[in-house]
Amino acid sequence: MAAIDLILIIMLLLTSLWTVLTIRLIRAVVGLALTSAILSVIMFRLGSPLAAVFELSVCSGLISVIFVTTISFTSRVSKERLFVRRRERFVKFWYLPLILIVAGFLLLHFSHPPALKLPVTPAGQDVRSVLWNLRHPDLLGQVIVLLAGAFGVAILFKEDTHER
Amino acid sequence: MVSLFILAPFAAALILNLLPKALTHRLAFWVAAGLALAQAALVAFHPLLFWSAYPDPLGPFFNLQFSLDGLSLVTLLSIAIVVLATLVAGRYTITEESKRFNFTNLVLITLMGMNAVAMTTDLFSLYVFLEVCAIALFILIALKKDKLALEGAFKYLILSAIATVLMLFSIALFLLLSGGVSFSVIYGALSGSGGGFLAKLAMGLFLCGLFIKAGLAPFHAWLPDAHSSAPSAASVLLSGMVTKIPGAYILMRLVTSVFPLNPQMQNLLMFVGVFSIIIGAQGAFYQHNFKRMLAYSSVSQVGYIVLALGCGTPLAFAGAAFHLFNDAISKTLLFVNACCLEKETGTVDMDKMGGLGQRMPITNFSCLVGAFSAAGLPPLAGFWSKFIIILALMQAGKPVYATVAILASILTLGYALVMQRKIFFGGLADGLQQAKEAGIGLVLLESALALVVIAVGIGFAFMYNNFMLPVGEIVF
Repeated sequence: MAAIDLILIIMLLLTSLWTVLTIRLIRAVVGLALTSAILSVIMFRLGSPLAAVFELSVCSGLISVIFVTTISFTSRVSKERLFVRRRERFVKFWYLPLILIVAGFLLLHFSHPPALKLPVTPAGQDVRSVLWNLRHPDLLGQVIVLLAGAFGVAILFKEDTHER
Repeated sequence: MVSLFILAPFAAALILNLLPKALTHRLAFWVAAGLALAQAALVAFHPLLFWSAYPDPLGPFFNLQFSLDGLSLVTLLSIAIVVLATLVAGRYTITEESKRFNFTNLVLITLMGMNAVAMTTDLFSLYVFLEVCAIALFILIALKKDKLALEGAFKYLILSAIATVLMLFSIALFLLLSGGVSFSVIYGALSGSGGGFLAKLAMGLFLCGLFIKAGLAPFHAWLPDAHSSAPSAASVLLSGMVTKIPGAYILMRLVTSVFPLNPQMQNLLMFVGVFSIIIGAQGAFYQHNFKRMLAYSSVSQVGYIVLALGCGTPLAFAGAAFHLFNDAISKTLLFVNACCLEKETGTVDMDKMGGLGQRMPITNFSCLVGAFSAAGLPPLAGFWSKFIIILALMQAGKPVYATVAILASILTLGYALVMQRKIFFGGLADGLQQAKEAGIGLVLLESALALVVIAVGIGFAFMYNNFMLPVGEIVF
């Protein structure tokens, strides 16, 4: 593993930890966007540029915009309350950084890492052809997931407006 | 043609939402119920050959790669009956027309998801369609939109996300190990070398994900909350089938078509099964909320199916498939009873009920049939499936597990009797003077389901020979 990969993984862990532990929602969104961006770089370095582009555009870009839009509808909490919450959060989740350090230590000292061999992708079967030509049931499943999501938004949020 | 089981509800959901509301709000129930009824009829009366003889209508454009065998047929039949019961329960318990329409749409989406899971031959597609069911379920649990409903849905959302991560990681490992994600490719790769450490890790992760989705002990914490906060009609679907799809059907499919059963996995399944049986039965005993009690009972009954799968003999598989069907019907019946009781008394707290036997005699009788079938009393349907499972355990040289299964049945009978006494026996509780049977639709539904439980028990030989034995033969 190259040094740059190790640095990327450590940065990934730190940003994801920050995302979970930070008390301000907007900072959590920034943390998540950063995590996704670093993950995109890792995917790119692993030889999957299309997955990296998806991760960067959807997870880091689009989802962050949706989160920020939603957060703009919420109200700010007082500084005192924020201080108490921050303290509670760190008291509650003190073990998270510890788990990461121990897990990292164990992985680095894993004496016999299992030998993995990626299956050889047949020529011409890149992500696009797999998605559009070979995985038709999944495509149908994704369409149904979108339909379910649309119903969810309509059912759980639309009626709230009427009630208000 | 088998893809019609998914495409027909999909088309129905789209058309119902595109046409004018005045028309579709009334039509929705009949369209959805018609689809469920057609599915039940096609599965019950047509042999496997019928489905394979006709070409798929979307074949030239879409390669959907679905297939059917005996196990799929039992599952599709159970799904159709449970969905039909859910729709009828929703029609008579959800009073507002627009909410009823939304409920019907969600049931249609769940129907698509469950049918696809029952017919897919690919591990990744199976995961995608399981997520379809999960999304519909979040919304169904949160349908009331009060604090408890949102809390129940949130708990399921978080635990389901954890299950998703485990399953996706496992699928990625299988892809690395076998070069594909279809059942046959993975089976071929794993049966040759056994797969080694990574294969076992992948199997373990996938099983943990399934245990969470099925609400098996020790991952069952979300299930009672989800049931107690969801509308009663949604609980019918949730307990009747949605938790049985990962807990019973997918497990059966995996151990027959994807991972070859090995002694470690058999031990794991039997341990989780027996643990769920005990935790579920013991949890049910101390509940005051009728729906929470039934939720714990579900945990316990799915445990029997997992225990039988762990046993691994053809007889145990036949028993597991039979118990899947029987518990789907009896739990559906009991949750329809819960719908009736909640509608008439406004509560599901058993301590606030009492003496309803004379006011609601049909609900009383059908509840007795459902509870006794779950406890395994002869000659009801549940007796035969439990009997086959226990017999299979004894034949396989697992007398300890068989004994635990029998003792847990006695515990089930105990809480069934306590439930019956609290709700239906004794003097009429205060404020229930106006209680009566909950309308002709629900009464007909509970009577029909009770009749199915009795008929399957009496006509056990027919069911066993035509539906269950073919399932047992899959493992040969």
